[in-house]
Amino acid sequence: MRRTSLDMVYELAKQDERVVFIGSDLGAGTLDAFRDEMPDRFFMEGVSEANIIGMAAGLAMDGFIPYVNTIATFLTRRCFEQVAMDLCLHNLPVRLIANGGGLVYAPLGPTHLAIEDMAIMRALPRMTVVAPADKEEMARFIPLTLDLPGPVYIRLGKGGDPIVSDERKGFTVGKAILMREPGRVLLVSTGVMTNRALTAAELLNESGLGCGVLHMHTVKPLDDEALLDLASQVEAIVTIEEHTLVGGLGSAVRDLLCDRLVTAAPPVLRLGIPDTFPDKYGTQDDLLAYYGLQPDALAHSIREFAAKVG
Amino acid sequence: MPLEARQAHGSHTTAKTPNLDERSLALRRLVIKALEGGGRGHLGSALSLIEILRALYDDTLRFDSARPDWPERDRFILSKGHGCLALYAILADKGFFPMAELVKFCHFDGILGGHPDAGKVPGVEASTGALGHGLPIGLGLALAARLQKRDSRVFVVMGDGEINEGSVWEAAMCAGKHNLSNLTAIVDYNKLQSYGRTAEVQDLEPLADKWRSFGFAVHEVDGHDMADLNRTFSALPRDPNRPSAVICHTVKGKGISYAEGSPAWHHKSKISDEEVVALYKELEA
Repeated sequence: MRRTSLDMVYELAKQDERVVFIGSDLGAGTLDAFRDEMPDRFFMEGVSEANIIGMAAGLAMDGFIPYVNTIATFLTRRCFEQVAMDLCLHNLPVRLIANGGGLVYAPLGPTHLAIEDMAIMRALPRMTVVAPADKEEMARFIPLTLDLPGPVYIRLGKGGDPIVSDERKGFTVGKAILMREPGRVLLVSTGVMTNRALTAAELLNESGLGCGVLHMHTVKPLDDEALLDLASQVEAIVTIEEHTLVGGLGSAVRDLLCDRLVTAAPPVLRLGIPDTFPDKYGTQDDLLAYYGLQPDALAHSIREFAAKVG
Repeated sequence: MPLEARQAHGSHTTAKTPNLDERSLALRRLVIKALEGGGRGHLGSALSLIEILRALYDDTLRFDSARPDWPERDRFILSKGHGCLALYAILADKGFFPMAELVKFCHFDGILGGHPDAGKVPGVEASTGALGHGLPIGLGLALAARLQKRDSRVFVVMGDGEINEGSVWEAAMCAGKHNLSNLTAIVDYNKLQSYGRTAEVQDLEPLADKWRSFGFAVHEVDGHDMADLNRTFSALPRDPNRPSAVICHTVKGKGISYAEGSPAWHHKSKISDEEVVALYKELEA
């Protein structure tokens, strides 16, 4: 997914002179072709995220569209004030490409786990937050970023994630994609959790519990219309995210239902990471299993919840 | 260097400052006008800046107040946003917005807040107030000018307390690397931050050497001496291949005898009518 996003930035830069790339201290060889062919618009500025965001703001103020890339934790926690003030307050078209959203960097521990990044970014006015499901969806999304107003936070998965997105369903920022028609239950997921939600839905369907899957690739702005429409058709909603339960997709969904549904909202179960710093290493899959976020465990939690509801 | 020697180093250049002339006094009266309107403000922080801004806007910057977004303009960022009373005074003086706005400083429906907002105030390039943001943004503006082959220059004024922030030095390192001769970092070195003397809170010395070591061509001036300032700004860039740094030795609260060098005047709220009268009296021609 990361490779696809950076390749797309390179392609955009070839077509549009407004595109510049800014990295911190990325892996050797990152976007060599970009650097070789368009050296004036390729910046690798060292481990200095606060400066990089301000610099991107300055470039954007005079008409450039900077794509900034580094590890998600350092784009969110490290330079939060710069993102809030330099980018959001000025409403500038800077794109933050965040490596390793969620638990991708499991072996590296809590310093590198971006499990509150969506909450942090969602809290900022004018910020758009997008977490594509796979590299094909990423490829459909990145070209759209050229013309989006304001700053955009792009959450990347590990790479090699199963392809579950469907070109025929298209991609519009802020418009959720219904991947599977709902039965009694609607699962709402984002990022790479959508592939796990689909598998869980399959398992549940086989055991007689009809589950739909709404892929909320854009966590901000939330697709209110799709969610409210579907909420009125189901008995229960389950949100699934690779993120803490504080302020992420589940919070956004529940806020919307509480604020906007005139009739009683269906019960909501939020599945995600508890309010903690993960205390294990291993792999992303290991940690997802640890927190009950792999398909079998998801199916189990959803089945129990549906039984209580129904 | 012993503390007393450092303080002396900071003050010796301002001891020979000529008396403030009528234009400097008039700009200060505009500052008081806004302060009076808002009933509050960072007075000391604004008064150390007046001559720096005067030299920039009267004789250095290329701008058109009727077209604040003219692409060919020079960019100016007041990174120490809390010094905005001085910026508002000079922008009003130059016609960026009506003088009548000054008395609405910090009013609910005014455009002039306690920190400058680029979305509201014509002539303000960047919203500042959170410290340490101006130089990174200025660096981006300077790079943009170079990429677009514009000869616009970028000037960023920072406070001495402000440059405690690490982001300033990240940007300084980066500007040095890119040899940005169209970027000038200006430090309003009034030797006082909010709590007290910079030498005691977070000593900056040797300050010129710091900027030099980050790749800047450095010059130190008396920040209240118009001739000295104009000579310095007209000689920019000091090196055709390096960014410039101008360290302006100033006096916090300059022009108000009892506010000069007093941390109590860094920020004042609930200014009384009597205090306002006294301030104007200090600034009579």
